Order: sequence, then structure tokens, then C-alpha cells
Amino acid sequence: MKLLRLAPENTKFGFMRFRRVSYPLSATLSIISVLLFLFVGMNFGIDFAGGTQVDVRAKSGEAHIAEIRAKAESLGLGPVEVQQIGSNSDVLLKLNVQPGGDAGQQTAIAKLREAFANDYEFRSVDAVGPTVSAELVQSGTLGVVVAIIAVLTYLWFRFEWQFAVGAIIGTMHDLLLTVGFFCVTQLEFNQTSIAAILTIVGYSLNETVVVLDRIREVMRKYKRLSTAEIIDMSVNAVLPRTIMTATTVFLALLALFFLGGHVIRSFSAAMIWGIFVATYSSIFICSPMLIYMGVRADAPERTKEKDADATSADTKVKA
Amino acid sequence: MLRFATWKLASVLALVAAAILLVMPSFLPAETVDTLAAKLPGFIPLRQIVLGLDLQGGAYMLMQVDDASVIKSQAEALRDDVRQKMRDGKIALSGGIVTQPRGVLVRIADPAERQKAYELLQSMSQPIGGPLAGGNGRSLEVTQTDAGVQLTLTDAAIADKVRHAVTQSIEVLNRRINAMGTKETVIQQQGVNRVLIEVPGLQDTTKLKEIIGQTAKLDFQLVADPGDPPNEVETLPMQKGGGTIQVQKRIMVDGEDLVDAQQSFDQQTGEPDVTFRFNLRGGQKFGQVTSENVGRPFAIVLDGKVISAPVIRSPITGGTGQITGNFTLDEASSLAILLRAGALPAKLTVVEERTVGPGLGQDSIDAGKRAAYVGGILVIIYMIATYGIFGIFADLALAVHILLIFASMVLLGATLTLPGIAGIVFTIGMAVDSNVLIYERIREESHLGRSVISALDAGFKRAFATIVDSNVTMFVAALILYLFGSGAVRGFAVSLGLGIITSIVTAVTMTRMMIALWYRRVRPSRLPI
Repeated sequence: MKLLRLAPENTKFGFMRFRRVSYPLSATLSIISVLLFLFVGMNFGIDFAGGTQVDVRAKSGEAHIAEIRAKAESLGLGPVEVQQIGSNSDVLLKLNVQPGGDAGQQTAIAKLREAFANDYEFRSVDAVGPTVSAELVQSGTLGVVVAIIAVLTYLWFRFEWQFAVGAIIGTMHDLLLTVGFFCVTQLEFNQTSIAAILTIVGYSLNETVVVLDRIREVMRKYKRLSTAEIIDMSVNAVLPRTIMTATTVFLALLALFFLGGHVIRSFSAAMIWGIFVATYSSIFICSPMLIYMGVRADAPERTKEKDADATSADTKVKA
Repeated sequence: MLRFATWKLASVLALVAAAILLVMPSFLPAETVDTLAAKLPGFIPLRQIVLGLDLQGGAYMLMQVDDASVIKSQAEALRDDVRQKMRDGKIALSGGIVTQPRGVLVRIADPAERQKAYELLQSMSQPIGGPLAGGNGRSLEVTQTDAGVQLTLTDAAIADKVRHAVTQSIEVLNRRINAMGTKETVIQQQGVNRVLIEVPGLQDTTKLKEIIGQTAKLDFQLVADPGDPPNEVETLPMQKGGGTIQVQKRIMVDGEDLVDAQQSFDQQTGEPDVTFRFNLRGGQKFGQVTSENVGRPFAIVLDGKVISAPVIRSPITGGTGQITGNFTLDEASSLAILLRAGALPAKLTVVEERTVGPGLGQDSIDAGKRAAYVGGILVIIYMIATYGIFGIFADLALAVHILLIFASMVLLGATLTLPGIAGIVFTIGMAVDSNVLIYERIREESHLGRSVISALDAGFKRAFATIVDSNVTMFVAALILYLFGSGAVRGFAVSLGLGIITSIVTAVTMTRMMIALWYRRVRPSRLPI
């Protein structure tokens, strides 16, 4: 049987040369992302902005968007976002956070029910008051920060500090570009988006670790090669695996995006984007950092004596 | 590489069998599981996977005890206590008592009297909490000013009351919601001043909010006479039909002494009403008040609104009575539930509400299943196309991996949510990563000219360190997400975290065994990948 190979065998791409392109490119994209975040902003869902969101389905026939909008706007609940989701009979209504504190949201739900309960089935109702949304923002931000610190601490223990720095920069890059993705697409940013971001961080570091692991190994074996040559050699060696894994994850996410329903579509979209960005950054951003930070082949041996035996280094973990 | 103990193989097979047994009930209808559970001995775990509210449908509500209302009622209680204390201590209240946001001011102009009052009232401040409690460890701060004696509730006292109010609220809510006849309701404390309520299957929360949103403080107050002094009279709104009524401020009897309340029907008009019964103390008080005030209208006040004000025709000494008020049947039975369950110690506000109808929940399950099947099949085909027979091994490991995620969720009683399903789909793509790392390494080693068996051996050995490193980072991310995430997102963290653990077991241990067994049978001269 002829087996499928997406990645060519024994490649010798000069990945490190691309850093002259990839660094300015990534820097530009990162800056654009920050600017977009500051001046355009993300489309915060009610988890973080507070407000009320109901998902209704017409009891018979199609939902009449214009009619719903007119009726909802006449309720005096401020601007109403009306949006078709899925089939013709499903509509999502979104209200901004209502004045009058937490009790204000409750009045809004009661009014919506009164206005639409006759013709529409209420498939879901979400109301998040200003107190809770503020807390969710806090815990979400804290979660992302703590996760990054925890993972980097682990890397710092397992690798040399230069590797950890490379990983930090790569992770930040992925984080910024994901934020930029949310700004550009205006996909709703909610609690599952935080989950997506943390998974992207996890995936990105996973990719980085695989490349760094190999760099460390090659570095010990070929002490005479330049850092750039070592990195190129390592990236080429793990390239088939990188492409293979990115593809399997991409296939699973693709199924999730198209078939998983509208509730998690923005989550799947962000993850798909994240897979690409993470794969790119592990090769073109993290690894070249080592060139600048002057990691030398003998550095590991000086800092971590017991890892000195290069060939047995990997088996030791198992013992 | 080739040698592994038979017991290892046996334990892997046993693990798979156990996992199948654990997971099976979740795929059977609930009734079948119940009948099976009745027939089989108890040690066999017949549990179905717990579905989150977003999948099974239901209502989630986060209520917050209103600190301000706790403080207000405490300040009012303090005023009454101070008045009593001053009366007992025989100190004249020349300037009256002023209620303030966080305490009271006893106005006394004469310095000597003020000093006396100060000494007396200081005894009202009690030690509170342990040495770690905030403030000065007392319940009240008593100070003397030019205007009089100032009593202020300390932060520690307020925190204590809020804590108390939360536990008490949970008890009251439990009684109220149980009376509604819903199943498997969860009512628990969240943080310092919150109560979480989860009612599976409930769609319209209007009724629920009616039941839990009311304080249900019942008071009996006499309707004011024209001759009453104005500072002892208050104007209260009627509950129905608008309008107001003037009543005496003094509460003659309150709902605290109620022992029972039932919905019933008025014997003359046949309209729904509520029959209540007092305990001995309440019955005596009620009897006394009604005897002394025959012929006067008596206002029945619920949460500051007058339900009705019937005229007392004769003394009511039996300890029971009826509340009429043009109720519908529903209103009367709700009121009976509320009175039976007792009053909430403070007002509760809904700060977060999420309701999912069963229709949407089922749709989400279906969509999640479809995505999982299609994603799984794509990955399986891709793995076989790339690695041939080794791909089949990886796919078998993948199947066991998914089985183990479900089994451990059943075992831990973890909740499966929609993001949780998304997490499982993601791990389908991610779980084969370990296999990919191993297989690619095997290929590399073989290209270096190693023999089949030595390439296999080196591939597994060398890839293992990388597998551990790369999975730890992902696991840490999942752990943090679990700790900081809330609600459905935690479900994602659970399935991601479990998926990482099981994928290492299946992708490394199981694939290794399968390859070893295959090698022993086939003895290949060259690698099939």
C-alpha cells in the first residue's frame, strides 16, 4: 500500500533565513492587533459585557426578523441586536446591560417573554448582571495570566532559560494574533473564547516544546554547527510530525466548526486560527529567538550536569 | 521493546472491559438502567453520565444576598433593642432614636444622662468571631458624641450577619423549591454572599422567580384609627388593584410563629384562600390581639404590601386563621408555599440567569455527536492513509482513549457540557499526536539505518520525553482553565485534562503492546511506514 505523505521526506529548508521576513511580519501583525483591540475592540458577549440574550424559535413557519426587531425595540430596552442563527425559524436577540443594576436584567427578560412567548419558543435565556460580568472578566484575565506563568515556569525548569524566553515571545505572539482575529472577525468573545485562547496557548507551547526538545538534542550531538544550522536541522526533522498533527487537529476542528452547532462556532473558528498561528510561531518565531540569545551547545552541560550524556538524556525521563 | 509482562496486557484488557461497563449505561435508556440496577448486585456501578444544563435543559440562577437589606434590617433591630434596653435601664429617651445607614444615634442632650446611657449601651456590644475577625472583634462600636450615643455595626458583625443570612436563605429556598415538586434541584452557596440554584428540566423561570424572589415576610398590623399619632402610622400599598391604606407601624403578630399554611377554599364564597396555623406562642399573641380589637380591621401585610384588611368579627383563639384576598388558585398555593417555608432573612437578587430549553439541549447533543463522529472518522482515515497498519493501531488506541474519557467522567461524576464535547472532539485530533511523534521518530531512526526492531525501540524511547513535555504544558492549561473557569467552560477543561492523561496511556502503552504483538507474529524485514 502506498502511504500518504503530506510533508516531503528529509527536507532541508532554510527556515532560519525566513526570520528576516517573519519577524517584521509578525511584529507588524502584533502591533496591528493591539491597535485593533484598542480602537476597534472585540465583540464582547454578554458574559463579559453583561446583558441579556435569548434564543427563540418560531412556533410555526419562519421567524420574521424585521417584525421581531420592531417589536423588541418598542419595549424600551435600548438597542436590540437581532440575528438569524441556523435555520430560518431561529433568531437570537441580544440586549445591552440594562440600567437598574442586576434587577434591571430581570425586568428585561420578563418583558421579552411577555412580548414573544405567544409566537416563539424560548430555547435559551441568558442574563448576566453587571456584577457577575465584571467578575468573569477578572477571572478570565487572571486565568490566562496564571496559565501562561505556570506553563512558562515548567518550561524554565525543563529547559534552559533562553528556551523559555523564546516560548514566552511565541506565546505572546499567538495570544495577540488571536485577539486580532477576534477584532477583525468580530466573532463574539465569551467564556468559551477564553477556553479557546488557553487551548491555543497550550497547543502553541506543545508545538514549541516539540521543536525545542529536538533542538536541544541536536545541539548536544552536533557541537560544531552554528545555532542557525542546528535549528534548521531540528525544524526539518520534526516537520513531518508538525504537519501531521496540525492536520489531524485541523480535521477534528473542521468537523466541530461545520457540525458542532452555532453555540460553539466562534470557539471552533478561533481554535482553527490558533492552530495555524501556533504552528507558524513555533517554527518562525520561537526557534530563531535562540540565535539571538546565544544558546550554545555546551550551555546545557554547564547548567545541568546530569543531562550531559546526550544520548541517554531522553530515556532518563522515563526512569 | 518486545518483552512485556502478560499481566500488563491482562490489566490493559481489564481496564478496557471495566471502561466499557462504566460507559454502557449512558447509552441505554434511563428506564432500562433503573430496572437493571434493581436486578444486579449493588457493587456494579450503573451510572449514567451527568449532562450539564446546557445539554439536558434547565435553569441556572445565581442569587446574591443584598448586603444593604441585611444591614438595614440589622439597624432596625438594633433600634428596637436599644429602645428596650433604655426602658429597662430607666433612662429617659429625651431626643429619640435616629436610625442611620449602619447604626443608630440615641439623642440625649444632658451630659450626665448621656454618660449613663453610654455605660449602659456599651454592654450591648458583644464579642464576635475569632481573633482573625476584622474590626475590634466586637459586634458594635459605641461612641459618645455631643449629640448623644452613637452605635455603629462593625464590619465583622455585618459579615457575620450576611454569612448567616446566606445559610438561612439556602434552608428557606430548599423548603420552597422542594414544595414546587421539582427533581434533582441543586441549591448551594457560592462565594461569600451568593446562592446558586440549578433546576434541571425547568424552562420558564417566571414561576421559580416568584417563589424564590419574595422575602415573604408576613406581618399583621392594625389599620390606623383617625386618632392615632401620625408618627406611629405608615401608608402601605395594597397588593392588588392599586391604592394605599394607612396602618399602625407596630407589628402585632408576625409570620415567624407560623407552623403551617395550606391552600384551601373559603367556606362561604368558595374562593381560594390560605389557611394558616400558629404555634402556641403565636396563637396566644394572635388570640390576645384579636380579643382586644374586635370590630377593627386587621391588615395582613406581605413584604410591605397589604394583601387584605378584614374586620375582626370575633376573637380568634384557636391559633388558626384564613387569609383571603381575591387569589387565583395559583396565587393561593404559591402564598401557602412561601408562608410554610418561612421568610428569607434578606432580599435576594438574581445576578446571573441561564436557561436552556430541552429542544436546544437535544440539538446541541446531536450536533456534538455529529461533529465527534465526522471528526473521528476523518482522523481515523487520515491515520490509516499515512501509517497503514500502524495507523490502525493508533486508531484502536484512539477509540480506547475516547472510551476512557467517558469512563473516567462517569467514575468521577463529572458533568458533560457542550464545551466538554468540543474538548473531546479536540482531543480526538490531539490524542494521535503522541502516536505521530512516535511513528515519525521510528521512521527517522530507520532512515539512519537501524534495524526494524531497534528503530521501533529507539522511536518509542526517544519520543517519550517529548510526549511528556508537550502534554504537561497542555495539561497545565487545562488545569488553570478548570480552576478559573466557570460553568460550562469547566466542562471543557475536564474533558481536555482527562483526555491528555488517557491519551498518554493509550497512545504510548497500548500502541506499544499492539506493535510488539504484531512484530512477534509477522517478523517484518522492513518497516511498513
